[in-house]
Amino acid sequence: MSRRLTRKLLPHPMLSTLLVVVWCLLINDLTLGTVVFGAILGILIPISTAAYWPDRPKITRPLRLVSYAMIVIWDIIVANVQVAMIVLFKPNADMSPNWVLIPLDLRTPEAITLLAGTITLTPGTVSTDLSSDGRALLVHALDAPDPDAVRDEIKTRYERRLKEIFE
Amino acid sequence: MTDILFLTEILVAALLVIGAVFTLIGSYGLLKLDQPMKRLHAPTKASTLGVGSLLLASMIHGFTSGEASLHELLVMAFLFATAPISGNFIAKVHLHRQRGGKELPAPPSEERWATYSEQ
Repeated sequence: MSRRLTRKLLPHPMLSTLLVVVWCLLINDLTLGTVVFGAILGILIPISTAAYWPDRPKITRPLRLVSYAMIVIWDIIVANVQVAMIVLFKPNADMSPNWVLIPLDLRTPEAITLLAGTITLTPGTVSTDLSSDGRALLVHALDAPDPDAVRDEIKTRYERRLKEIFE
Repeated sequence: MTDILFLTEILVAALLVIGAVFTLIGSYGLLKLDQPMKRLHAPTKASTLGVGSLLLASMIHGFTSGEASLHELLVMAFLFATAPISGNFIAKVHLHRQRGGKELPAPPSEERWATYSEQ
């Protein structure tokens, strides 16, 4: 009984937590009033939008999401320096821009979105398109003499971790 | 105490310089690179590390000068959530302008790339 009630009141506990945190950050203040109003928003918004999330993914290991974010931030810093070097010191004719095809093992739409976002945020690669059946990702690499190496790195470094988190 | 303040000031200055340099390199890349898809790589750089370290500098400065603010975290979060989407839209426009995309690798199955699937 109480579990069903919690489910009805909090259909999306992680979204509720996120809303409270974002509200407190927006107000830029951590007083009881802010937290209470944030909690009201955190309850009302998920309930009123629940109809738009018919098959939301179950995140089994949320802590892995944190370590994933750490890895991505570190990679962004490293890749930024690498791409800055390419832009500054490599003549246009010496670069080998390439299309990279990444066959996807992920099936959850949210996980594929995260993967595509990660690929774009790490400099040097931009995710361009998805095949119409959602089973392959088209990525453009700024300087990749060996597209297969880029594909393998993305698959082992990001996709494997996302698969552990979402599926 | 003054030592700590001095150190944080050096840190803030260093972060500002790093952020400015990466933003500058991003803009320079936009000028230097010669193909539309290559050009797309430059702004993704400026919006991640460049803006990221500028915001970090602003946050550290805010904490040492007593006007602590965590708004920068939100700026970063929204920027990281929206930058890939605008990048993806520009890339899709490029694909449309190619009309058919013969230079692209074909998807492994019989399907087409989603941008062309309604032609």
